[in-house]
Amino acid sequence: MKKIMKSLAAIAILTLISCGGKEEKKSNDIQIGQKPDATEATKEEPVSTVKPSETVDLTNKGVGPIKSVELGATVDQAMAAKGMEVYKTKCMACHKVDKKFIGPPPTGILERRTPEWIMNMILDPEGMTKNDPLAKALLMEFNGSPMANQNLTEEEARQVLEYFRTL
Amino acid sequence: MKNTINILITIIMTAGLVGCNNSEDKRGNGGQGGLATNAAEKVYVAPGDHDEFYAFFSGGYSGNLTVYGLPSGRMFKEIPVFSQFATSGYGYSEETKPMLNTSFGFVPWDDSHHPDISQTNGKLDGRWIFINGNNTPRIARIDLETFETEEIIEIPNSAGNHSSSFITENTEYVVAGTRFSVPVPQRDMSIKDYKGNFKGAISFLSVDQDTGRMDIKFQLMMPGFNYDLSHPGRDKSHGWFFFTTYNTEEANTLLEVNASQNDKDFIAAVNWKLIEEYVNNGGGTKMPAEYAHNVYDHDTHAATSTMKKEVLTVDPTKVPGAVYFLPTPKSPHGVDVDPTGEYIIGNGKLSADLTVHSFTKMIDAIEKKNFDGEAYGIPILKFDDVLAGTVKQGGLGPLHTEFDGKGNAYTTFFISSEVVKWKLGTWEVLDRQPVFYSVGHGMIPGGNSREPFGKYFVAMNKITKDRYLPTGPELEHSAQLFDITGDKMELLLDFPTHGEPHYAAGIPADIIKNNSKKFYKLAENKHEHATITDADARVERKGNEVHVYMTMIRSHFNPDNIEGIKVGDKVYFHVTNHEQDFDVPHGFAMIGANNSELLIMPGQTKTLLWEPKKVGVWPFYCTDFCSALHQEMQGYIRVSPASSNIELSWGLGED
Repeated sequence: MKKIMKSLAAIAILTLISCGGKEEKKSNDIQIGQKPDATEATKEEPVSTVKPSETVDLTNKGVGPIKSVELGATVDQAMAAKGMEVYKTKCMACHKVDKKFIGPPPTGILERRTPEWIMNMILDPEGMTKNDPLAKALLMEFNGSPMANQNLTEEEARQVLEYFRTL
Repeated sequence: MKNTINILITIIMTAGLVGCNNSEDKRGNGGQGGLATNAAEKVYVAPGDHDEFYAFFSGGYSGNLTVYGLPSGRMFKEIPVFSQFATSGYGYSEETKPMLNTSFGFVPWDDSHHPDISQTNGKLDGRWIFINGNNTPRIARIDLETFETEEIIEIPNSAGNHSSSFITENTEYVVAGTRFSVPVPQRDMSIKDYKGNFKGAISFLSVDQDTGRMDIKFQLMMPGFNYDLSHPGRDKSHGWFFFTTYNTEEANTLLEVNASQNDKDFIAAVNWKLIEEYVNNGGGTKMPAEYAHNVYDHDTHAATSTMKKEVLTVDPTKVPGAVYFLPTPKSPHGVDVDPTGEYIIGNGKLSADLTVHSFTKMIDAIEKKNFDGEAYGIPILKFDDVLAGTVKQGGLGPLHTEFDGKGNAYTTFFISSEVVKWKLGTWEVLDRQPVFYSVGHGMIPGGNSREPFGKYFVAMNKITKDRYLPTGPELEHSAQLFDITGDKMELLLDFPTHGEPHYAAGIPADIIKNNSKKFYKLAENKHEHATITDADARVERKGNEVHVYMTMIRSHFNPDNIEGIKVGDKVYFHVTNHEQDFDVPHGFAMIGANNSELLIMPGQTKTLLWEPKKVGVWPFYCTDFCSALHQEMQGYIRVSPASSNIELSWGLGED
């Protein structure tokens, strides 16, 4: 029920936003049916010119259960292999490894995000999109499509993180 | 919050004042008026708060089971049991069609009557709830973790499976008795030869304590009466089971008159422990039979149906001491046993009085062999020997009795439309309240167990008439909630119920709510056509059968474009929901499918059969609003002529 209310609120907001956008597009038939242009989206946000997905923030740990993660000097290959299996069954429906799909690709993610932020996003996407400004901005960049909580255990999320180190 | 409550109360009180001036006490408050009651507060469950009790109402001719909260009267779920249910695809999906298989083939409907919750030591344990299908005799078991029907077993040699499905106090057995006696085995014979030739089968189904799986342990082949209702003995009378009978006249026509000739019919007392021992020692006769046993597996998300070929029957005259008849006046309907197990209440439906038998006296009389003759070899006890007392002039047409665990009994009276509270032991009537209208069963949570939770009584009324806004000739039935914590019952609430609730079973929410499953783990999905890894989404052709291995997650299907399907194909969509979170089902609907939708829970796989009939490009979509992009959750299938050479192809998000 709460979810429905939230969804309705989101729809209402989206409707408002999209109405504004459509007016601009009216004269330009070619754009209809095309994927939204990311540069156009940033125009509406004069504060930043960098897309949220390309923003580099290596200090923000996000909001959630993970406060600190120790990464080994080298990749733990056994853990990464387990992570890949989890990724295949629970993440890949929305995240292709190296291209934007429903959500952003994980390749290179550790160059832009802290390990804690990544794990918090996996473990509590609802909380993150509510409380973390970057996660919130990502939701809008990715079309308002909410990241699903796939109920990974902390151990599984850590394995997925290790797998991301191999990409 | 408090303000809201106060405003509500003020409104209700005002309405109460106005209402009392010009109504004829339809509230049933005995003229207390709105000011004297805080009924609104008692049933008010604030937004976001939970009810104190679950109440499971049988759906009667809906064939299903509905789940309500008490005291609010809010309906939470309709659990499909014996009927196809388009809302979820139950009975339409390939996985659940076997659930409705019977020896008569696929039977998409039944008439569900008496739910009963599993017990341990006579106390509700909340593992399972059982319910009977009356029309094509079946017993179903519903799992109270998933709230899904897990098992249905058909009852052979039975017809009108009405004195069912009541359980013994450790859930050793679920009992299913026949209301209509029939020839056993079935054969071509004159109906007029009923008397002395038909049999009434009473089935004892054993229950596996780990899995809940049912099996017909034995069928007791009783004389050809109508076995109307039953209840187990408990505590001191544990080991016995009591069945009401009517039509001991064995009339085969115009029963309305002909089955009411005898002043007394019987309550049959069955010593099932004795029969169990007899059977365990090799007693009984195996006879050929045909009955379906359908089991749903939560790992494979699929049901299987097995046809059984044999059943063990027991002739009651071959087991001395196993069955006795207790004469009971006026075609008794309900038979109810008090929490101590001492009193067996016969609700003689054509009477004004209630007959209460004593278990202790019954055992005495049996030991002394004080019999009043026999019927078909079964000893009849003397009425006066077993009688504990009579509740005089309780009302008209007593049907059913429940208990509050404080020494009181509550009996519904159909003809005089009232609920009567009386005292066990003194048989004194303590209170009576009118109900609107014509009450059938009543229910106190745990009210037929050793440990009732005597806070509320729910009257399930058969006739609604003017209680709600009119909705044409057909009305939902009306339930009424009473507070029974005081000396007098207080009517708190009317609420509509779906189908025709016969019996209901209530249980404190705390016993089951924390066990309730939130979603199915994808990793545990053993469905033979599951697509566990998104990369395995695909389409395969085997002759004219096409299998679509599809995944779904907010908010897309994979694949969502399919070509190479031809008119005349049988297309099986095996759809796996890849969500792993609470309350994120997705639906699947295909234009023109001669079928229902599928509603697929997270981690679950369901299969829809579609037989495309027309060339074209046809859409499918998600039916359950799942995210802000729900409207985008759709796909297309190209259907080509049967002669076409177009290769199968599929994709998602490709340019």
